[in-house]
Amino acid sequence: MAGIDIEGLATVYPNGVRAVDGLDLHVADGEFFALLGPSGCGKTTLLRTIAGLESATEGKVRIDAADVTRTEPGKRGVAMVFQDYALFPHMSVSENITYPLKVRRVSAATRAETAERTAGELSLDGLLERKPAQLSGGQQQRVALARAIASRGKVLLLDEPLSNLDARLRLEARTFLKKLQRDLGITTVFVTHDQAEALALADRIAVMESGKLRQLGSPREVFARPANTFVANFIGSTPMNLLPGTVSSTSGSDTYVDEVGVVSVAGGSLSAATFSAPAGAEVTVGVRPEYLTLASGDVSGPSLRGQVVVAENLGTQSLVSVDCDGTLIGVTVPEENEPEPGTTVVLTAPASRVLLYDRESGELLARQPATVA
Amino acid sequence: MTTASPPAPADPVQGRGPADGGGRAGARGPARDVAGLGVGRALGFVAPALLLIGAFLVFPAIWTIYIGLTNYRLTGVEAVSPSMVGLSNYTKALNDALFHNALWLTLLFVLGSAIIGQNILGFTLAWVMRRTRPAVRRTVEAFVLLAWILPSTVVAYLWVAFFDRDGGTLNNILGTPGTAWLIDYPMACLVFFNTWRGTAFSMMLYSSALQAVPPSQLESARMVGASGWQTLRDVVFPHIRGHVLTNTLLISLWTANDFSPFLLTKGGPNHESETVPVYIYNVALQGGELGYSSAISFLLLIANLLVSLIYLRLLRRRS
Amino acid sequence: MSAGFVVRRIGFYVLICAITLFFAVPMLWIASAPFDKNPGLGVHWPDWTLENVRKTLEHPYAMHSMVNSLLICVTTAVAVTAFAALASYALSRVRMPGRDALLYGLLLLSSVVTGTAAMVPIFVMMFQLGLIDSRFGVALVMTGGLLPAAIFILKDFVDAVPKSYEESARVFGASTGQILRDVVLPVARPGLATIMVWAFVNSWGNFLVPFLLIRSIEKQPGAVLMQTLTDEGGSVNLQVLPVFSLLFSIPVVVLYLLVNSRYGFRFHGGIKS
Repeated sequence: MAGIDIEGLATVYPNGVRAVDGLDLHVADGEFFALLGPSGCGKTTLLRTIAGLESATEGKVRIDAADVTRTEPGKRGVAMVFQDYALFPHMSVSENITYPLKVRRVSAATRAETAERTAGELSLDGLLERKPAQLSGGQQQRVALARAIASRGKVLLLDEPLSNLDARLRLEARTFLKKLQRDLGITTVFVTHDQAEALALADRIAVMESGKLRQLGSPREVFARPANTFVANFIGSTPMNLLPGTVSSTSGSDTYVDEVGVVSVAGGSLSAATFSAPAGAEVTVGVRPEYLTLASGDVSGPSLRGQVVVAENLGTQSLVSVDCDGTLIGVTVPEENEPEPGTTVVLTAPASRVLLYDRESGELLARQPATVA
Repeated sequence: MTTASPPAPADPVQGRGPADGGGRAGARGPARDVAGLGVGRALGFVAPALLLIGAFLVFPAIWTIYIGLTNYRLTGVEAVSPSMVGLSNYTKALNDALFHNALWLTLLFVLGSAIIGQNILGFTLAWVMRRTRPAVRRTVEAFVLLAWILPSTVVAYLWVAFFDRDGGTLNNILGTPGTAWLIDYPMACLVFFNTWRGTAFSMMLYSSALQAVPPSQLESARMVGASGWQTLRDVVFPHIRGHVLTNTLLISLWTANDFSPFLLTKGGPNHESETVPVYIYNVALQGGELGYSSAISFLLLIANLLVSLIYLRLLRRRS
Repeated sequence: MSAGFVVRRIGFYVLICAITLFFAVPMLWIASAPFDKNPGLGVHWPDWTLENVRKTLEHPYAMHSMVNSLLICVTTAVAVTAFAALASYALSRVRMPGRDALLYGLLLLSSVVTGTAAMVPIFVMMFQLGLIDSRFGVALVMTGGLLPAAIFILKDFVDAVPKSYEESARVFGASTGQILRDVVLPVARPGLATIMVWAFVNSWGNFLVPFLLIRSIEKQPGAVLMQTLTDEGGSVNLQVLPVFSLLFSIPVVVLYLLVNSRYGFRFHGGIKS
């Protein structure tokens, strides 16, 4: 088992596109790590550069502390599952699983034994003699995983592992994959464009955009405190409310450390905690629909007032759109608590859940670590 | 947990939301060398094919230019030591009544059998067969395809027998014993023959083109009560216009270069069916005038090149 | 059902029958004449006999020419397939300088330099190389002529094979040789089979090249021998030629049916020499 270190990595295509643009990253031993971003953000290129299928223009890739930047893909000790699985159509399941061993001239007996055992681990018993075309999508995916596992790589790379499955099967496969990774404890990097998948599976997520890293953190951090408006927009199945606002008062000293203050936004105001901006600063206020609370009477303290426009049923909860002084704000409410359209409502949010972003750069105006000051 | 690079590059342009994705199409550059072949070995892979093509296709084509500038002959003094004669072969072609005759006959042949015959019959078949029962369609298509895949000498022999003066099938059918079709009407025979021979290609091309016409558009036409002809003109034709053009160019090129007329008539009687390919053969190997026939070959190559360039341009524009 | 509908229906079937007859009638003769006691050039119900078949099998050159055809066409088909496979793979997978220009040139070549346009220089060249009357020379010329189109068809085929096959083999440590042998070759087999049949059928029917280059009757392939026998004329040939036509057509039809049933007919625009 091994970690992966990436230092100042850049992959530039002949047409000048910087697919990966100066990246530093460390994936810990045994970690389940997600590369997340919209299509074209460079996440697949990064994965393929780790595998050695693309060559790095600048920087270094280390696997298990060994510099593999210029090493052939087959000699890096990586195993990979491709988006289309890349199962060889002319080989049986068993031949597919043991092809990595055949390449290394492992004896037929050992290969048969490995095929048997790996197939057992991945619930593929009884399918060993089939051809890939005779398998369902989920089975094909497990064969691809089995082949990667049988190759005994130090790290496992997965390119959009669930994207070729239909919606219901995808959930099942997601659970299976997470358990498998946990059981094997193998360092795993996977690429996805689906934020829900990344949140559900990964120990840590790297959110990428245009070849650059926009945030790195645990699913909880990435969800609760997006480092910038790009991540805020990208993460979450209901989009975060991003509203123009102005810091109206701050309570702390003029060092801007550990402040609690009030922002005026959408004709009302919200209290915000732990930000760093002076009074009068133009900011983008970010607050997730899940963190907003809906009240019908008067409340003390900063709040927003508006009329309910529509309510969309999301199952156990509903997304209510509220018109606050011309701005539409989304709020989730538990099922059967939806207010009627037209009702006047009041919105509040805990100060710790209200995030302020720089209007210009879109970066989080975060509390500075005390040691910096 | 180790930290990553500061997640905030001071780049105001990139900071703004999902404006990304612009470079998507070009982002995954051309896949380079997935099997790790290396340019050296790749060149080695291509070399044998290129050598053969160079030796037996490119070199002859270029050499035609040189031979066409000499008075090289199959036999005699000029066979041993040909001399340069400049453009005199080309000036000769300008005034050669037999060459003009060959050009005219080739034009008739292409117009009659390819542009009109194969095109129209091929489209008719594709259009009519679209909704016939599969059994009927397969039977008809089998005959049409068979005409296309049989070896040319066999096919030519079939038609020589069909047109024969004494006991040929055509005379039996029409009740005209003793009519020597290949001698009395050689060009008409060739046009019929080549239409029969080559229609399969147009039929297949138009069949696949017709499948690309969205059924919803055909149904819309039916809903508004368009007649069959109106549907064809307003819905189908706009879709297959490109195919008609490329198909016509291709079959014209093949027909103009077809050597089969030689198998039926050898150009006779008295040059009445001597198309350009047959003329080239007769001048070169019967008359022995290799220099002159090379000059004519070169003209044919230039004509082919022009048609092919137009064809490729159309193809590229369509895709 | 309106009267107009009935009329149109009848017209439709008359049209289909007329077209079918146009294509079928000239062919009927090849089905009847070979087995007719008194073979003529017209189609009529045969007076069944196998005498013609015996005569053909005993003919001094007939079967021999089949062997010549086989020799030439197998050589051509194998050479075309092997060289086109190598070239198309490299052209599809490796980015070489000048690749696009080369591909465009090949595409042009495949339609511009036809046998008829190049027959004089080819004849002169083979004459000066001393390859006149050589079956190997015929195969060489045919290979050169078929290769550009073959490379194109095969490249289309290889382009359609996902690159992830090779990439995954590579990640698992396979060498280039192993990738080609274990993955690429088996995956490309249908394409290779198709191109081999295509090359075989094309060279089998090619008349012009052997007609130009082969002089002696004992080296003539079937396509040329038929012409030689037709020119001779005479009643003996009315016994031999129909049977020979039939025999000579069988391989082409069988191979076509084989490819059609195994791999389905793939429509290659612009491909027939």
